[in-house]
Amino acid sequence: MSQSGLELLFQGQNLPRLLAGFGVTLRVAAVVLALGLSLGALLGALRTLPNRGLQVVLRGYLEIFRIVPTVVLLFVAYYLLPQLGGLNLSGEAVAVVTFTLWTAAEMSDIVRGALVAVPRHQVEAGAALGLTRAQQLRFILFPQAVPLALPGTINLATRVIKTTSLLLMISVMDLVNVGQTLVEANSHLHPTFAFWLYGALFIGYYLLCAPLSWWAKHIARQRKAVTND
Amino acid sequence: MSWSVIQASLPAFGAAFWLTLELAALGIAGALGIGAGVSLVQYFRVPGLHQVASVYVDVARNTPLLVQLFFIYYGLPGLGLKLSAPVSGVLGLIFLGGSYMAEAFTGGYNAIPKSQLESGAALGLSPRQLARFIVLPQGLTAAVPGLAANVIFLVKETSIFTVIAIPELTNTALDLIGLYYRSNESLLMLVVAYAIILVPLSWGLTQLERKVRHVTIGA
Repeated sequence: MSQSGLELLFQGQNLPRLLAGFGVTLRVAAVVLALGLSLGALLGALRTLPNRGLQVVLRGYLEIFRIVPTVVLLFVAYYLLPQLGGLNLSGEAVAVVTFTLWTAAEMSDIVRGALVAVPRHQVEAGAALGLTRAQQLRFILFPQAVPLALPGTINLATRVIKTTSLLLMISVMDLVNVGQTLVEANSHLHPTFAFWLYGALFIGYYLLCAPLSWWAKHIARQRKAVTND
Repeated sequence: MSWSVIQASLPAFGAAFWLTLELAALGIAGALGIGAGVSLVQYFRVPGLHQVASVYVDVARNTPLLVQLFFIYYGLPGLGLKLSAPVSGVLGLIFLGGSYMAEAFTGGYNAIPKSQLESGAALGLSPRQLARFIVLPQGLTAAVPGLAANVIFLVKETSIFTVIAIPELTNTALDLIGLYYRSNESLLMLVVAYAIILVPLSWGLTQLERKVRHVTIGA
């Protein structure tokens, strides 16, 4: 009995359909990461400027996206976006917009943290040497800030990948949603099918995220070894 | 905005509010317990157990709660283990949260200079005594910011319980949207309800962090 549940996973169109769902999951994750990390890097840089109004706005943006659960953000966007000027977006587009804004908010804090962690005197020394503002950024600030921001950014990427599992909630046919559809179609005849299928999703997400987490940990440990004696 | 819809929805939201708090509290308490145990096992490299602990933390942190819940609630019955939705939800939250809490505890312990442990060992303290007198008092203080962030994170994660039809806040809001076809009212109440929980909680935890920040860790 338990074997039939596992075998079913590979029968008929089950595996191709799961892979198609996996493709949707990967596509959303890739688009969100590309847009969210770039927007977040820009906002993070803006957050180091001395403009008070800008700081209040960007900080408020970050806090709102931090305090409201992502699921709630997703539903708010899902129901509100169509009301704004009759904008009729697909579920996938709604998810991309929501996750991108959330990712950008989180990323802005990582980038801001890394930029302010570079000692001020480094940039001032650059200015004293006659480097232009662009040169200071290019040769002093970025080379030191990027390694500082990297572990946090990689961890954020794993969070984005895990967050794509929420796509199911607004009826996007992602990996989890396809999985659930297959379970609903098969589990009355094969009670162990759900176990194997959700087990497979579990492993799938793990295989995507774990190497990134290890990489982030490795970088952080290397840095620590360099800075602490 | 229709006030009558909001008024009619209040009792359901009230019940969902308390259920969310209850499930979150159980999950967070369990996660703190598991996290404390796992982090100590890892820190003192308890033979046989610390490898298991590392695998657990790695797996739990690198999979989404939604998939964990589906596996517990829909997958485990295939093996004859049938759990109710709220029990599955709390167990999922403990499984996920335990790994995050373990990492936060570990971060705290690692803030203690190695020289202190070596001094303790040189004085003849046993591992148990090292934990009791050196690692825990200082490590727990240093772990507070990480633990606090996880508490907020886990409260927010209860919103995912809606996928296994636990009538918590998000699930209730979606139900009411289906009932009244008034999405703005329900969503507004949903956001306000989470704000009522999370804003004071976040403020309180910041105060706690501020309080323990003044505890110095001897160099």
